[in-house]
Amino acid sequence: MNKWFKSGSPWIWLSAGGVSLSLISVLGLLYLIASNGLSYFWPSTLYQFDMVNQKGENVTVIGEIYDRVTVPAEQLAHLDMDFKGEDSVERLLIKTGNRELVPLDFRWIMVPEIVKTTTPKDLVVIERRTNGNFYGFIESLYLDGKEVSHERMDEMLDRVTELQGQMEELQKVDIGAINYQIERLRLKERKYRLKDELTAEREQAIAQELKTLQQDYIVLEQKLMAMRDQVSRDHMNVRAMDGQVVKIGFEKILKIQTNNQFGFFEKLGTFFVQIANFIIDDPREANTEGGVFPAIFGTVLMVLLMTVIVSPLGVVAAIYLHEYAGKNAFTKLLRIAVINLAGVPSIVYGVFGLGFFVYMVGGSIDQLFYPETLPAPTFGTPGVMWSAITLAILTLPVVIVSTEEGLARIPSAMRHGSLALGATKAETLWRIILPIASPAIMTGIILAIARAAGEVAPLMLVGVVKMAPNLPLDGNFPFLHLDRKFMHLGFHIYDVGFQSPNVEAARPLVYATALLLVTIIVALNMTAVSIRNRLREKYRMLEH
Amino acid sequence: MTIALKSVGSRQLKNSLARWLITLGGVSVLFTLVLIFLYLLYVIKPVFESAKIEPVHSFALNNQEKVLATGLDELQELAYTIDEQGRIQYFALKASNNVSVGEKAFDLELLDQPLKRVISGHGDKKLLVTQDNNIQLVAPRFQATYDTGTREIIPNITYPLGEEFIAVDEQGVALQHIAFAMNDERAVFVAFTQDGRLIKTNLLADDDFSYDPAYSIEYQEITLDSKRVDEVKVTPDAAMAFVRSADRVFVFDLSTDDNELKATIIPQLEQNRTKPQQLTAMALLSGSSSVLLGESDGTVSQWFEVATDNGREFKKIRSFDVSNTEAIKQIYTEQYRKSFYTLTAKGEMGAFYTTSENDLWRGSFTSKVPESFVISPRANGLLMLNDSQLSLYSVKNDHPEVTWSALWQQVWYEGYPEPDYIWQSTSGSDDFEAKFSLVPISFGTMKAALYAMLFAVPIALAAAIYTAYFMTPELRKKVKPTIEIMEALPTVILGFLAGLWLAPIVEHNLPAIAMLLIALPATVFFTAFAWHKLPKEIKAKVPDTWAPLILIPTLCLAAYCSFALSPWMEAAFFGGDVRQYITNDLGIDFDQRNALVVGIAMGFAVIPTIFSMAEDAIFSVPKHLTSGSLALGATPWQTLIKVVLLTASPGIFSAIMMGLGRAVGETMIVLMATGNTPVLDWSLFQGMRTLSANIAVEMPESEVGSSHYRILFLAAFVLFVFTFIFNTLAEFVRQRLREKYSSL
Repeated sequence: MNKWFKSGSPWIWLSAGGVSLSLISVLGLLYLIASNGLSYFWPSTLYQFDMVNQKGENVTVIGEIYDRVTVPAEQLAHLDMDFKGEDSVERLLIKTGNRELVPLDFRWIMVPEIVKTTTPKDLVVIERRTNGNFYGFIESLYLDGKEVSHERMDEMLDRVTELQGQMEELQKVDIGAINYQIERLRLKERKYRLKDELTAEREQAIAQELKTLQQDYIVLEQKLMAMRDQVSRDHMNVRAMDGQVVKIGFEKILKIQTNNQFGFFEKLGTFFVQIANFIIDDPREANTEGGVFPAIFGTVLMVLLMTVIVSPLGVVAAIYLHEYAGKNAFTKLLRIAVINLAGVPSIVYGVFGLGFFVYMVGGSIDQLFYPETLPAPTFGTPGVMWSAITLAILTLPVVIVSTEEGLARIPSAMRHGSLALGATKAETLWRIILPIASPAIMTGIILAIARAAGEVAPLMLVGVVKMAPNLPLDGNFPFLHLDRKFMHLGFHIYDVGFQSPNVEAARPLVYATALLLVTIIVALNMTAVSIRNRLREKYRMLEH
Repeated sequence: MTIALKSVGSRQLKNSLARWLITLGGVSVLFTLVLIFLYLLYVIKPVFESAKIEPVHSFALNNQEKVLATGLDELQELAYTIDEQGRIQYFALKASNNVSVGEKAFDLELLDQPLKRVISGHGDKKLLVTQDNNIQLVAPRFQATYDTGTREIIPNITYPLGEEFIAVDEQGVALQHIAFAMNDERAVFVAFTQDGRLIKTNLLADDDFSYDPAYSIEYQEITLDSKRVDEVKVTPDAAMAFVRSADRVFVFDLSTDDNELKATIIPQLEQNRTKPQQLTAMALLSGSSSVLLGESDGTVSQWFEVATDNGREFKKIRSFDVSNTEAIKQIYTEQYRKSFYTLTAKGEMGAFYTTSENDLWRGSFTSKVPESFVISPRANGLLMLNDSQLSLYSVKNDHPEVTWSALWQQVWYEGYPEPDYIWQSTSGSDDFEAKFSLVPISFGTMKAALYAMLFAVPIALAAAIYTAYFMTPELRKKVKPTIEIMEALPTVILGFLAGLWLAPIVEHNLPAIAMLLIALPATVFFTAFAWHKLPKEIKAKVPDTWAPLILIPTLCLAAYCSFALSPWMEAAFFGGDVRQYITNDLGIDFDQRNALVVGIAMGFAVIPTIFSMAEDAIFSVPKHLTSGSLALGATPWQTLIKVVLLTASPGIFSAIMMGLGRAVGETMIVLMATGNTPVLDWSLFQGMRTLSANIAVEMPESEVGSSHYRILFLAAFVLFVFTFIFNTLAEFVRQRLREKYSSL
């Protein structure tokens, strides 16, 4: 034993323990996010619990099992609950939905109180546009006030879905475009007025245009009103868990699912449909339901803009450091600057971006180019462009370090060969070095994208919002609106998980969003790492 | 071919152009860093600038009558004077189309009676006292009109208590001193009469003074223990009256009809003074809880009520040495801030700020106390009347509440029992005393970083040592990227898991967390020992370089057992509920989102940073050093301790520095995993607020250019400097290490 201790072996094992712990935490973390995130999409079994509560009343609870906890009986004692002869009691958290009938759409139930647990086949979960899910049994369907058979449900639902789609299109695209044009006309008039160039002719032209737009608007609005009448034609009666029959209009329904009738493959199918919907849908109910499409869109757009800015800058800086800079104090200083840019807390970039870009540069741009909208700021307020620029500075060192590593791996014989054949340094760079270094540059850019996609703190100051009414890219001229605010996946997690009124209900969605973000970032990183590894192998061969 | 066809000249030109452009791009990196540094400084700088008071215009008043009071509007466009004859005259302070500076712009009759005195009240209200001892309250207002196309200021007069004269004293005796305060429900006048009575007159609104000036009147007399009264003041909320008499101040509680004597402030008794001092001036500080007393030896002291063992008592909080020789003649306070101006008999003027004890400005414009001294409503100008000369001064004093000492030292804030470090930047009310101490949030930053490092350093270094020194290359190729993936995980996800998943788990399983601390190392030892005792055949099949993989199941099992035992431990040792045990029996506050959770979560974020760099440093220790040591008979462990770690120690140090830099600046984890309360407490079970989280929380709400905004920039600057030091140090050490290795 003593000898064993002296050999140092236990200490080696202890250090191995460090590796094990790190591995456990990394894999555990990924597993935790993946399992929680994916279970959000899996159609869960709907249960009916018939219970007798402490007062001896019969209660029926319908819903999905959300969570289960075992509590020591003593802790329940002071809640006036008594379970004789049991040390601990299992509690179930049930999502009961039906927000208009009960104050909370979650409920804890005690397992010992349950008399009977069933999974009725005709139990449905109705996903609605507002008020969350409804759990119950469909009693009857009414088409335009007349009762019809249950078979026609899908047909009626399809009709409503199509109408809703058309209405949304009309509202967002057509009416949105008219509103946008009216606003532009107003600004145009104001601009002329500010410059004292508002002639009677121009005023008349603007008034004329405005009139046409307003007429178009009225036509569209009437169309929309007509569709609204159409869409609320049908309704259904649904019996909730307490026996109450509730009338639900079809216009509110998104989806009706009978999870208990699903076989494994049907469930799998629904699972993938749910994932797809999560990615392409807009959020509902203050972001706690629906999809995350605007957040994905905002993240991607911002990251693309950032890439456009950071790539040339980072590559040029790396080329300077590796190919041009001499071995002197200034180069050392530059390297320290690069390391520091990488090490400065991201929130400091946010503060700098807000003060310098948004208020100083943006404010000046507004005064020079957008005097007609003042005092409402155009660029003098946080927006997607400032976010992209701020994150470009933040990710600059990532690109520099990666590119420089790639440059360092290129054998100097290649440079010498090119120079010996008479090429200038610039030509050597452009035709020989850069093409060979391009995978390294790619790696740097991918790593920068991964970093930017996950960064939240600076964005909270320079342009991200919880709910952006318009995407920064749409059909109205000039199509790309760099001044608009945007939504971001990372911020979505923070906002829904910590700022929403119903955190419990939103939690699965947060896990799902986190899973999406982690998948994107881990995939990007793995791609970058594999490109880099392949590159290393390639040059190792060149060296020999 | 294409190259050869081009002229040499254009190729050379392109070459040098490329050189220039690339150099420019390289230098721009340094430029960016310097720009960030300078811009932060540029925003912070105004906070530490001292105040500036400069004359703007001065002009003579040509009227014959004695001027009793002056005033000006918010934008300093018009000044007015009220003279003995009850006239109010307006003079232009800004030149416009039809008037030049100093010219009379308007002339109104306030009342047809000669006036004796005019007293300024809170806000724009002026109390007129007529020759026959009646009073009237007026409020000169200014309205901007755009009728003629350009902006024009039109003055008008409102009468908050109606146009009738009011008799303050029931007996009609002349008033020596009078002070008043009013709100929507009542107006209170406190006066000292010629015949030595202190009286209080209450006007109770029939409805609401803001739209109906009708009232009923109520006369009361206050018992005063002195025949002499030098000055009377009433707080704007009409809760207290201060009566200055020779060397003391009597404080009366006006909120009840008893008008009870609440306290007597006698500065003489406060400290051991040799010469008896007289009180020579008195003023109420904005916010109506502090009183400023000027003394004959030239000091001004601030007093407010403090909760003590004997109930609430007036205490001397701080004092200002305004003049060495002269008595304080007058003290003027700003309406919304805690700034005040002092004047001595010789006209020496000083500007101060109480909370920050900021000595803002000293100088003199007149050789005696001016007849009238008014601070403009936005506190950016002064209007003085001296020898019929009306002078306007501009005041640049935007950030008096910030001084270096107020940011980093204890400050005695109004209503607090003692000096303290407090961060509380905003509140609902206008005259709120902002509390900008960076100590609690800097402390929070250090606390969070420290706990994170306590968690991360042992695990990260152990992992780095094993991976770099003992692990087989094949395994290392898999393990290193896996751990480094964690560095790429967005911190918002770690923060979310810490706040919503980890925090409740930690709260419900505290005994398990404590047990893990012992159980995990113990498990490692037992596993190692069991392995050591295993028959050779099995050991030959599975090499012990697989130790990390062997340990994974045993560690998981140990963790599972700890959690399974947790409720039993809780019942056995802590009476069934650890949380209650901690709060009730140990008397420690318990937050669900506490330093323990932050330490673990941020530890995870820091582990890959430290691991990756430390591993590199250990791995790059030249192989001939270790081979030499092993050849001389040292065990691998001895070689590691005595040779490898020693050689790599600068690299390990720089890894820890980088980790610390990351922990200090991390925002999202602390934002989500703590309660963000700025408390000064090392307790593991309490939260904290860090510099970075504070910026993230408050920056979007702070007004651009305000002191708060600039202080948040200062917080960012402090973070910048912290991390700059850590990173530069780490990089320096690493560069030297690299040179050393290359020479070995």
